[in-house]
Amino acid sequence: MDTIERTIHIDAPVERVWTIVTEPEHLGQWFGDAGASRTGDTITMAWKEHGEAELRIVREEPPNVFAYRWDANDPGIGDTLVEFTFEPEGSGTRLKVVESGWGDLRTAVERQRELRDGNVGGWTHELGDLERYAQTVTV
Amino acid sequence: MTEDVFTALADPTRRTILDLLATHGHGTATTLAAELPVSRPAVIKHLAVLDRAGLVAAQRHGREVRYVVQPAPLQATAAWMSRLAADWDARLAAVKALAEGAADSRE
Repeated sequence: MDTIERTIHIDAPVERVWTIVTEPEHLGQWFGDAGASRTGDTITMAWKEHGEAELRIVREEPPNVFAYRWDANDPGIGDTLVEFTFEPEGSGTRLKVVESGWGDLRTAVERQRELRDGNVGGWTHELGDLERYAQTVTV
Repeated sequence: MTEDVFTALADPTRRTILDLLATHGHGTATTLAAELPVSRPAVIKHLAVLDRAGLVAAQRHGREVRYVVQPAPLQATAAWMSRLAADWDARLAAVKALAEGAADSRE
């Protein structure tokens, strides 16, 4: 339930999409609006109105998987995982993005208790499940 | 608030408790325990987590404490997730425009 998954088909080769999704020069255009720079495994994104954010790269397997952690929209409560996967689709590319991990934010104590009790819930649901769930429970 | 909601919903027993409360309109730790494979003390702990997340509210009726579902946090969380998903849709559309547009200009 704490996972957002979106996909899109792009009429461009996987390598080209990879370049645009991962290179700071392009990230500064489609993700940020005030540039981006990379040092080691960290990309610093800048926005005119929202300041800066760090993308801490955790997987980089060109041209198939690119993943980073970044601070969730509320600073200070922890970070979420963003994972892009690139697959050939016809003459183009199927690009998928999955963002997950809000359930782990600021909840270390609760999480530890659940782990200790062997009571770990599955996190394989998606946004649609949460919406349906919200409806069934609140009708 | 949203994080607590996710944590609360992470547990299948707590989701079942919410389902039962929604179906019956209300319930007590005793009536819920009767329908679940867990003990009444365990149900009380789960209700406390749901209460902290704002997903249930306790109402005292004589000697018993009844719990009812509070829908607002669920709806707020679903709406918040929808906004984040819309953000990603917009970003992916921008990636598509860059990838396809730039490809065209090279030809």
